[in-house]
Amino acid sequence: MNREAKAKMPGTHGLTETDVATSPEASPEATQPILSITDLTLGVKRGNSTTSIVDGVSFDVAPGDRFGLVGESGSGKSMTLRAIAGLLPGGVEVLSGHAYFRGVDLFSLSAEDRRALMGPQIAMVFQEPMTALNPVMRVGEQIAEGSRRHLGLSRKAAMGLAVDMMAKTGIPDPIRRARAYPHELSGGLRQRIMIAMALSCRPKLLLCDEPMTALDVTVQHQVLNLLEELCDDFDASLLFVTHDLAVVNQTCSELAVMYSGRIVEFGTVASVLQNPRHPYTKGLLDSAPDFDQPDRALIPIPGFPPHLADKTPGCSFAPRCSFATEACLTGTPPLTTVRPTTMQPTTVQPGAGVACYRSDEIAEGVLA
Amino acid sequence: MLQRLSFIPGRLLQAVPVVFGVTLVVFFMAHLLPGDPATAILGDKATPASLEALRVQLGLDQPIWAQYGLFLANLFQGNLGISFSFQRPVAELVFQAIPVTMSLVLFSMVLALAISIPLAAIAASGPNKPRDLLVRFFTLIGQGMPQFWVGIMLILLFAVNLRFFPVGGFGNSPLDNLYYLFLPALTLAISISPVFIRSLRSSTISVLGSDYVATARSKGAAGAPLFRQHVLRNAAIPTVSIIGITLGYLVGGSIVIEKVFAIPGLGSLMLNAIYNRDFPTIQAVTLFVGLFVVIVGILTDIAYTALDPRVNLTGKARA
Repeated sequence: MNREAKAKMPGTHGLTETDVATSPEASPEATQPILSITDLTLGVKRGNSTTSIVDGVSFDVAPGDRFGLVGESGSGKSMTLRAIAGLLPGGVEVLSGHAYFRGVDLFSLSAEDRRALMGPQIAMVFQEPMTALNPVMRVGEQIAEGSRRHLGLSRKAAMGLAVDMMAKTGIPDPIRRARAYPHELSGGLRQRIMIAMALSCRPKLLLCDEPMTALDVTVQHQVLNLLEELCDDFDASLLFVTHDLAVVNQTCSELAVMYSGRIVEFGTVASVLQNPRHPYTKGLLDSAPDFDQPDRALIPIPGFPPHLADKTPGCSFAPRCSFATEACLTGTPPLTTVRPTTMQPTTVQPGAGVACYRSDEIAEGVLA
Repeated sequence: MLQRLSFIPGRLLQAVPVVFGVTLVVFFMAHLLPGDPATAILGDKATPASLEALRVQLGLDQPIWAQYGLFLANLFQGNLGISFSFQRPVAELVFQAIPVTMSLVLFSMVLALAISIPLAAIAASGPNKPRDLLVRFFTLIGQGMPQFWVGIMLILLFAVNLRFFPVGGFGNSPLDNLYYLFLPALTLAISISPVFIRSLRSSTISVLGSDYVATARSKGAAGAPLFRQHVLRNAAIPTVSIIGITLGYLVGGSIVIEKVFAIPGLGSLMLNAIYNRDFPTIQAVTLFVGLFVVIVGILTDIAYTALDPRVNLTGKARA
């Protein structure tokens, strides 16, 4: 990080290890979120019309925290992640909002300064380990690439680090496997390679885009445990995008549920999953099998998610919602902070919110 | 890698019947052409007796299968016959011309790639943006202009007016040849690079949108290192077969350009031989071009194997 970039940063928070080490008495890291997304809106511009994909999303990830962003395909969760990583696909733009990483707005940085963060500060693990690795490059070299670029390691040292990282991710015989090409490895091994690659420069924030989806269920569990373990070891915060509530339950401490480009509910994993306040969250839970209650009937959510191009006024979930009233079809419910209910006052955390007119009734079980 | 290259001996063996087929076609095609070599050698005013004597001397009086047998037997001994028009062993003529044409072909291939790779990268970096449209416009023009016309225009501009390069001919040393062959090689490069640019452009666009390029970007890669390490090699794979086909085409297709630039290569030799009904020379040149195409086919497979570790042409699953 150069002097100019540092001058741009608001407050006292620097981006390098030394800054943190030299000002321990201030200790702002403990209170300030490592990642703070405020009012993020992403969209596609075509001529004069814009179609928003993500609409006014805000959330914070505290240092060392594991944050789950939950939603179905097309909810905008992956786009939010890609916007943070600066990897939005062609045509999709940040229309408004900010993404503060350790106090610095990522969207205000130059492309070069942003790339300097990718690897040593922010890293990403992708959904498809089958296609996310370069097919014509040995996996060891792909892991070594980041540390050569960012840490200035020699080819040999970087390869040594790559082999170390592969061993840390539980890949057997890492020295031999480092010379393998991606197609010679199984999906589980490839995802371990991706994790080794992402963590090789010791990032402070790890972005995971449904890293389990493409894996066998048995392997999913192993890789998930590994991810948790390594994030603890490396002291990295985790932003985890998934559609799988069970994975969030196992991995994350906080979550936000996205529907049609908006956050409809957020809070701690324990409170949201035990006491969902938004009908969509409730629908997600009711439609997923629960191994503690194998006899419980699965209740699917009727209908389909709305198409991004034709957004109706009112709550975007209203057409599929069995609790919807007149008010839901005309006005968009704001994301409001949850007030403790009489039913379960202890489970409600201060940092929780929901975007539903009838959330209190749902939480109290009146309508269940 | 070495294990994956173990298909080469098998491929060489497969090439034997192909080459045999080439000899068949080469031999009988020459005999299907109208005109008689004896008349061609002695001219219209020759007496029937002298024509008959020459036919016996050339073996043309024998049945065609016997002639073919003799042709094959001679071929195995490296004897391609005596050129009718030059009265010298054909093998000598051909082996003199091969290095000339080969340097022209390789030079033009190098130039074509030097033109195509940057232009394709520029075009692919912004699909449908002005720079892409410009590159695509130039590929259309490059493909639309006839080779000989481009050659003549380049001669007029760079050789006659600006005097940067010679009008034609061939140098005495390899370095000299870079100078002599630049304009003809450029002419060929201009005509073949549009195909390369199109193929590379579309494959580069698809590689740039791939997941592994997103992964590379997430590691902070951008610009030239990203292109070199992650894009080029993947994007080049589909273009390899086009390069292979083009190489074969260039060796046979450099006839016009060699004529325009007065280069003493296979093309000039072939053209002369056709004018003079010099059958042994026609056969030898055609045979060489056929052989070259077969070899390029094998080289293309080797290049595939070298570029893409997933390619396994051995037909055996790997342990």
